[in-house]
Amino acid sequence: MDVTLHDIHKTFGRVHANVGITLHVPAGTIQGILGENGAGKSTLMKILSGFIRADRGEIRLDGRPVVIHSPSDAIRHGVGMLHQDPLDFPPMRVLDNFILGRHGGLSLGRAAARRDFRQLAEQFGFALDPEAYVDALTVGERQQLEILRLLWLGARVLIFDEPTTGISAAQKEKLFAALRLLAEQGRTVLFVSHKLEDVEGLCHKIAVLRQGQLVGEVRPPYKTALLVEMMFGKNIVTGERAPAEPREVTLHLDSLSAEDNRLAVRNVSLSVRGGEVIGLAGMEGSGQGLFMRAICGLTRPTGGRIRVGGRDLTGRSYLSFKRHGVAFLPAARLEEGLVPGLNLTEHFVLAEEQRGFFVNWEAGRALARQRIGDFNIRGAPETTVESLSGGNQQRALLALLRLPLTLLLLEHPTRGLDIESTIYIWSKLRERCAQGTSILFISSDLEEILQYSDRVLVFFSGRVTPPLEAAALTSDRLGELIGGKGWPEKGRER
Amino acid sequence: MTQEQILLGLASVLAAAAPVLFAVIGETISERAGVINLSMNGTILLTAMGGFAVALRTNSLLLGFLTGMLIGALVALIVAFSSITLKQSQVAVGFVLALLCRDLAYFLGNPYMNVPGPRLTVIPVPWLASLPYVGTLFFNHTVITYLSFVMIFLAWAWIFKTRPGLMLQGIGERPAAAFVRGANVNRMRYLYTVLGGALIGLAGPAYSLSVKAGWAGTISGLDGIGWIALSITIFGGWNPLRAAFGSYLFAFLQWLGLVLQARLPNIPSQVLQVAPFPLMILTLLLVNIGDAEWVARTLATLPEGVRRLLIRLLRVLRSSPPAALGVPFESE
Repeated sequence: MDVTLHDIHKTFGRVHANVGITLHVPAGTIQGILGENGAGKSTLMKILSGFIRADRGEIRLDGRPVVIHSPSDAIRHGVGMLHQDPLDFPPMRVLDNFILGRHGGLSLGRAAARRDFRQLAEQFGFALDPEAYVDALTVGERQQLEILRLLWLGARVLIFDEPTTGISAAQKEKLFAALRLLAEQGRTVLFVSHKLEDVEGLCHKIAVLRQGQLVGEVRPPYKTALLVEMMFGKNIVTGERAPAEPREVTLHLDSLSAEDNRLAVRNVSLSVRGGEVIGLAGMEGSGQGLFMRAICGLTRPTGGRIRVGGRDLTGRSYLSFKRHGVAFLPAARLEEGLVPGLNLTEHFVLAEEQRGFFVNWEAGRALARQRIGDFNIRGAPETTVESLSGGNQQRALLALLRLPLTLLLLEHPTRGLDIESTIYIWSKLRERCAQGTSILFISSDLEEILQYSDRVLVFFSGRVTPPLEAAALTSDRLGELIGGKGWPEKGRER
Repeated sequence: MTQEQILLGLASVLAAAAPVLFAVIGETISERAGVINLSMNGTILLTAMGGFAVALRTNSLLLGFLTGMLIGALVALIVAFSSITLKQSQVAVGFVLALLCRDLAYFLGNPYMNVPGPRLTVIPVPWLASLPYVGTLFFNHTVITYLSFVMIFLAWAWIFKTRPGLMLQGIGERPAAAFVRGANVNRMRYLYTVLGGALIGLAGPAYSLSVKAGWAGTISGLDGIGWIALSITIFGGWNPLRAAFGSYLFAFLQWLGLVLQARLPNIPSQVLQVAPFPLMILTLLLVNIGDAEWVARTLATLPEGVRRLLIRLLRVLRSSPPAALGVPFESE
């Protein structure tokens, strides 16, 4: 289906999120929508998918002007959207998720739906069990489910909002293959992303948004420098890696083992020196999260010893790890890291050691103002954390860490952030390293792992490689290991 | 105890559980949609009194039951309006309503205290009632008990076997996703809350016109049933079949208390009367015991086969509430 957006305007309060955007996407095209966070990509897509109404402008499908009142209205017109966090029902079965929302009689018609599901899944090469529970699926598999569901509902235009966030490299390949197939079938794909490599590798043309405006459209061959300039209005240089000078060992793991009810990580031995950065790579849920939680006392290890700065902390609580200079920043910033509803000043007051019974708000505000400046957070001391953007939430989390730290554990430190924020976050992390803090971080972004780590541990369903020198590692080799290929024989690993 | 006595006793357990069942199923439906109706304890008392009073005045049992449903629906409507439209705390509003309705029942019910009134009669199901065992157990009851049997399966089938029921699950689980799939979330929440309230409103008359006929004010012994029903809703994991099991278990424990009281005169009667309540709490704890860390640690020491079996058992037992329970929904 042919999609035309004509002169779309949308304002939220004083923010002009979409300023007269006009875009034409012919049927069978994969259209990239590129822009940094807050550029207006999501607003534009939400207008097309019926979540919000434009203040002005027109949507034409196959040349016919349409008014879309709601998401379910959009799907009636053949427009479906996949959200970054798939809008499905985790405690329910795949098949029930698939059926839910489809019109029909009183009965669920599970048998017929299962047949259609199998057929569609086969078409795209998705291996999904219709009887599995959605909360046992990876984000990538949940996306696959949503694709199939929207197609079953008759979607001819599919919008993907940051679909490569939080999925593995192998799943990304599968997703891209599916998107290409959709385009071949004459469907229209809108691919929203801030990741250059993704849009460059996939899209037939790319529209770049900046501050609510369409900067321009680009067709292949793409020049990365040009795209970056269009996105940010300036050139950005990524920092160079400085070789870490040998310092003393901050973290020593001796045959550490940990397990939860899903998998077990066994016998990991590792010595990390001050200032060193260790990347933990692997598909989501391969054991790296468990491993990290075991290192900081959030999960009790089932074997082995943990020494931090020469002190044995095995079996201690997170609190005592924290007292010895260990900090953990979880991936779920708002759920596990920050306290929604409290503002920045209140966060800094909570994080700092307080003397006396009454809170010194004056000092708290001053501290907040200073850290906001230091970390370039776009917000005021009175801003509540949930109203900050993802990048600014991450900056706030870093700003909340006390000095000095022995060991900093980060889970997906730059997930969902644009390039500028990513670079900024890493420059701040590098400052920490220079002060002697060791960093362990989890990422599903291969480039990030290779660019910022000194050494890399790869996880695959609970198995762990010995520490690999990042400098000697290629992204192909890393991708293979993550996908479970090229591992040493079982029983001889680690 | 003779076999006949035991059989009659068990049949009385099924009958005694009927009111609790209506309340639990009503609450289950309401909470499945995402609205906690905490007013239940007060609603049961008020509908028991109101249903009895109307049935007495009009000499119509049907009108008595309909009054109960109407009162229950109206109270639920207040909960729905304050939580969905005014976005106020469901817990605060429900709790105040629970107290208000209880006191209203005692105050307005004064003229009807200990007045003899109409009650449902037992209607044996033709032919089926004469079957051995089964007949006495299931087919020798009042209409409202039969209705309670039907209600369990009706509610279960609706939630798990129909399209609108699947959407009901979705609304309580993730309203935003249900909205994207075309549900009018807030309208559905109103509908199910009021429907659930009407079912809860059946519980009162089921007592005052059948199980414990009449109105005896504060000594009716109905105060507290609503809170028990609330805990059975949780025990039931928001599934009508499990909820039915919980309701029968509670009624059975109460009956057991009465039986033991006669056999063991040395134990103070209060102990046996109160025992079902802590026992229900214990069951609740057992259901979610798999979440405790010490259990996980103990399990880890067991041999693999046993461990896997136990883990599976604990997972079946465990129940988690609808994720959006008590959370207001706003589409963008």
